[in-house]
Amino acid sequence: MMTRNSWKNRTRNWVASLVLALALPAAWANPAGVKLDHAPIDPSNTASLQRGAQHFMNYCLTCHGAQLARFDLLLRLGLTEDQVKKNLILTDAKMADYMTVVLNPKDAKNWFGVPPPDLSVEARVRGADWLYSYLRGFYRDDHRDSGWNNRVFHGVAMPNVLWELQGEQVLQPAEGGKPGELHGEKLVLASPGKLSPKEYDQFVADLVNYLVFIAEPARETRVHIGYGVMIFLAIAFVITRALKKEYWKDVH
Amino acid sequence: MKTAERLLGWIDARFPLTSVWREHLSEYYAPKNFNFWYYFGSLAMLVLVIQIVTGIFLTMNYKPDARFAFASVEYIMRDVDYGWLIRYMHSTGASMFFVVVYLHMMRGLLYGSYQKPRELIWILGMAIYLCLMAEAFFGYLLPWGQMSYWGAQVIVSLVDAISPPVALWVRGDYVIADATLNRFFAFHVIALPLVLAVLVFLHIVALHQVGSNNPDGIEIKEKKDPQTGIPLDGIPFHPYYTVKDIMGVVGFLIVYFGIIFFAPEMGGYFLEENNFIPADPLKTPPHIAPVWYFTPFYAILRAIPQKQVGVIAMGVAVAIFFLLPWLDRGIVKSIRYRGALYKTALGLFVVAFLVLGYMGTQDPNLWYVNPVSRVCAVVYFGFFILMPLYSRLDKTKPVPERVTG
Repeated sequence: MMTRNSWKNRTRNWVASLVLALALPAAWANPAGVKLDHAPIDPSNTASLQRGAQHFMNYCLTCHGAQLARFDLLLRLGLTEDQVKKNLILTDAKMADYMTVVLNPKDAKNWFGVPPPDLSVEARVRGADWLYSYLRGFYRDDHRDSGWNNRVFHGVAMPNVLWELQGEQVLQPAEGGKPGELHGEKLVLASPGKLSPKEYDQFVADLVNYLVFIAEPARETRVHIGYGVMIFLAIAFVITRALKKEYWKDVH
Repeated sequence: MKTAERLLGWIDARFPLTSVWREHLSEYYAPKNFNFWYYFGSLAMLVLVIQIVTGIFLTMNYKPDARFAFASVEYIMRDVDYGWLIRYMHSTGASMFFVVVYLHMMRGLLYGSYQKPRELIWILGMAIYLCLMAEAFFGYLLPWGQMSYWGAQVIVSLVDAISPPVALWVRGDYVIADATLNRFFAFHVIALPLVLAVLVFLHIVALHQVGSNNPDGIEIKEKKDPQTGIPLDGIPFHPYYTVKDIMGVVGFLIVYFGIIFFAPEMGGYFLEENNFIPADPLKTPPHIAPVWYFTPFYAILRAIPQKQVGVIAMGVAVAIFFLLPWLDRGIVKSIRYRGALYKTALGLFVVAFLVLGYMGTQDPNLWYVNPVSRVCAVVYFGFFILMPLYSRLDKTKPVPERVTG
């Protein structure tokens, strides 16, 4: 149990860190304002979403949960219940279960220093372009414990779990640039992976497409209904405007 | 038909239905020259109703508990039928409430609607505005995201800078915690909505007592038809302004639903990216910015190096609006007949307010943010403090006898 005084001290520390935080530049996860690549995703492409779901189950769900999303969401991707159960649920989870993480959070913290974040709404925090650039932005860095660093998220705790597919990239400093500076540097593929760069880009795009989908499953419905509502309101506006004009024609 | 008339007679003998209808709608005479700026009062009422109705449905599924709050919002977004629509209507409604209220207040500044004899309408309106700010602040904690949490932490730390015991009392804990979430929920869903409803009622009662101002800023009650006693420039609110406001409502809904269906985050201004990260008391986000409608005042706070003084300046920046009816010494109401002095002052004030709003969203470490905010804060306060002077010295134009188009 904490005493009241230690609570007070903690509060004071928090307020101090808060003031400090307000005084620090927004350097969070994107240090030098790294230019992001545009994510070539299409939320209406179900084939891409299905592939993305597969990649997610195979490569992400071991360490990252999506604890706010249920497996039955996958039925919206044009899959049958059988297909989902056979190919996408790799544990004994049921259709209505949440996509919880397999990894124990305590172990995760021991291994990586921070527990891997839940990915349910990650795409709404980072944006598709950030995720797309991030997953393609890993490079070898012997100064890091994991052996990996990232162009978009410098000093990230996550290793490049997709390296077998992508191959190993190294960072080539820009011509005339000082080493260690993140301006105009280039990522170069040092040793190829199982996928060609083009195939890997498609792999990541599918995965990001899926992450965008689970972050807001209602998105497609929303836009779809939106068009109907706009048409309805446009007609309603014409009618109500005519009504107003009719009533007001004798006001001078 | 006979039965309906008899029923109405029965009610009228027991409740002033017909007379209220007449007094406030069918025989309430409003100036005939209302322009675009006059839509926003009725629209504010519409948004209030939308917020209450969507709020009721959100309350049915939301859990005011620090362990479940964040997940319950996502549950609404995913598993509740049309929950995403209800939630976006509420989150967009919050911002649109401030949009229409700011435009409504701007109307007051343009046409001198706060001047005699409408001082009480203005004061009640300002009370509504304060209430709305509190309502928005309490509501913003409820999704329990990082911005909810740290935004509340920053605002309560302002109270802390003035009086730590009061801050402790507000939070119910030494930090923003479950106790805070629970009480903010209570304030948000019952206390403030009740106060708001009463204040809105009083605002309208006061308005109907003196009648509406208009873009010419002249009193239509001074020129009445000698036979009927009806203002010559007045038209019955119903049906003229009811049909006009219906058109306004549809126009508003096009914008409102346009945002809901096609850009519910509004580029991070209506729903902030960082608020999709669950609240973490141990991890301060590097850049904490309040939602856009508070940023002008937040920029004033940050522009002043001494915290207590900053807090007081921020409070004064809001409260000074109350004094407007007595600061304005102008002999005309409407901007149409004011001189260059007042027009310049109001123009500068609007620019300062908008620039402050932008600066409040920016990182304070950018070299220009605080200096520009300081200049704008001086303009902001100058508008009010110098008003008795420039509004009196202003070379006004003659006001017409009757309203113009």
